[in-house]
Amino acid sequence: MTAKPLLTARDLRVTFDLPAPGGMPWTKPRQLHAVGGVDFTLMPGETLGVVGESGSGKSTLARALIGLVPATGQAVWQDGTDLIGLSPGKMLKYRSEIQMVFQDPLASLNPRMTVGQIIAEPLTTHHKGLSRTEVKTRVKDMMDRVGLLPNQINRYPHEFSGGQCQRIGIARALIVEPKLVICDEPVSALDVSIQAQVINLLAELQRDLGLALIFIAHDLSVVKHISNRVLVMYLGRVMELAEAESLYANPCHPYTQALLSAVPIPDPQLERKKRIIPLKGELPSPMNPPSGCVFRTRCPRAQAICASERPALRGRAHLTACHFPGPLPPEELTSFAQSA
Amino acid sequence: MSLLEIRDLNVRFATTDGEVSAVNGINLDLERGATLGIVGESGSGKSQLSFALMGLLARNGRATGSVRFDGTEILNAPPAVLNKIRARRIAMVFQDPMTSLNPYMRVSDQMAEVLMLHKGMGKAQAVAESATMLDAVKIPDAKGRIRLYPHEFSGGMRQRVMIAMALLCRPDLLIADEPTTALDVTVQAQIMELLADLQRDFGMAMVLITHDLGVIAGSAERVMVMYGGRVMERASVDPLFADPAHPYTQGLLAAIPRVDQKGDKLSAIPGSPPNMTHPPAGCPFAPRCAYPLAICQQVMPPLQGFAPGRERACHVEIEVVRAGHAPLPDLPEPAAADLDEAQQLSDLIPEESAHDR
Repeated sequence: MTAKPLLTARDLRVTFDLPAPGGMPWTKPRQLHAVGGVDFTLMPGETLGVVGESGSGKSTLARALIGLVPATGQAVWQDGTDLIGLSPGKMLKYRSEIQMVFQDPLASLNPRMTVGQIIAEPLTTHHKGLSRTEVKTRVKDMMDRVGLLPNQINRYPHEFSGGQCQRIGIARALIVEPKLVICDEPVSALDVSIQAQVINLLAELQRDLGLALIFIAHDLSVVKHISNRVLVMYLGRVMELAEAESLYANPCHPYTQALLSAVPIPDPQLERKKRIIPLKGELPSPMNPPSGCVFRTRCPRAQAICASERPALRGRAHLTACHFPGPLPPEELTSFAQSA
Repeated sequence: MSLLEIRDLNVRFATTDGEVSAVNGINLDLERGATLGIVGESGSGKSQLSFALMGLLARNGRATGSVRFDGTEILNAPPAVLNKIRARRIAMVFQDPMTSLNPYMRVSDQMAEVLMLHKGMGKAQAVAESATMLDAVKIPDAKGRIRLYPHEFSGGMRQRVMIAMALLCRPDLLIADEPTTALDVTVQAQIMELLADLQRDFGMAMVLITHDLGVIAGSAERVMVMYGGRVMERASVDPLFADPAHPYTQGLLAAIPRVDQKGDKLSAIPGSPPNMTHPPAGCPFAPRCAYPLAICQQVMPPLQGFAPGRERACHVEIEVVRAGHAPLPDLPEPAAADLDEAQQLSDLIPEESAHDR
């Protein structure tokens, strides 16, 4: 692994302007902070898992990186270019290096295009000089590689199952030989048995092609399985960022601890013994996030300082954004369970 | 007498592509207060099974066989009979709480309607009773929030409203069809805990339909594994997870990544689920099975007991299935460390013999 990161995000922010209810044209719009200052680095060939519940901003983060939503801050590519705010013409070059795989396999494929056309489109967009036979050969090779039969090249998306459609989506992303593939919930719409096929395929392709992956999912087990490092998001901010093993074995942020405790384990005996750390209340509105630490309204460890001062993401390899990080002491667990 | 007795239930749909057999020959007994988990992937027939017994099949669907609820035959019963049982004695909670609630009606009106229709209550009494039930499902400030519309609740709160609505008439049986699939894990944990508490308090029986084996492990007593419209295996929750006796159950358990374990490659089940317009003649799982026999293609194995309280539908000897607890078709890849070692070894081996590896 080279020392130079593939992508460095610094203080990445995405803010949406929403019209005030009943507002006049001149009233100031309300702001929704979908992503509020995210920092991370991604090494070549590495998989960064991004987990968080709905509304945590994980998909918006992905969209910001490839310029699908306007963002502020920096996202510096390997060659030193900042991808944020790049003009569409200049962004084109980087679009072939960063590709995306979407959640809904069927909805992300054009129903009126054949599989061959769908997979070839990025290739003909980014490499205009290729001959038709060359394009066809590359498409067939790629189909073979992702486990589709090359003789299905003239079929339409509706003729394929969900798992196969996701393979088409992966082939379309990989045909331009990207360095980074952003997968936004790539397996959450698939059945368990098919999900395993697609995860194995992604892991295999990543190893063979040396891809970096940003793998976004709400399923913590899937993320643990595929990721080198994991970033935990809550209300648009990073709560914890660490090596996957370290994060799952020794979560230090109270949110990560609550999240992990809630994951159902397919083992009845462990399930009975398991202790779920309940989260009080509900996700606050991103329009009006809590002051200081955004998690403090639901946090069992919240003190006065949490409301006044935002905790920075601290640590060397295992980073936590919390004023009181560390494992949950048993007595705290019981008192919290009573108060919730 | 069991609360629910299903005998040889079949559900078929007439479609332009031919007849689809969604459910094939299901037999089931459910006792009062018991919890049955039904696991299956999409197209396994788990939802159509519950729709059939509630009389909710699509117009082109036809159910045959027998479903007796507390002694009364309810399969294909006229609406007059069904309406005395639905909501009153058997209630249902669906996956998506937003599409199951009427967006144009206040929660108070939707809930009160159930009580006014089935219990003949007056509006004021019905709303008061509904508020009590919202309180029971732990919605804070139930009295105030009952006046809100469904979109004013979060996903988890809406599912609580659905559950409260299902429980209004104190049913004997609650059918929960993927009740937490649309929810985040922290909310899912709350809802499952709530369902368990309510089941205990109200003494209901529950059928929990889900694709998530983790949810089943935490909530069900007995489990029925379905595939291709048939029951593959049925057992109590502990033996099913500890010692899966059907290749499909075994494959499913091996295919899920686990948060409490470190895994290398997942053992995926090869292939895809059968097309039920042209179901295979024999066992529907045969084309994807790790231990296929010639007979599997032709004859559907019957669901047979092989140990107390445990049944499976499989031609393959149980010892063969047990021997292969790590499914075979997808041989595990060497771990990264082994790979490096192999690489180092190959560096030592002269070029000519390198192709041997």
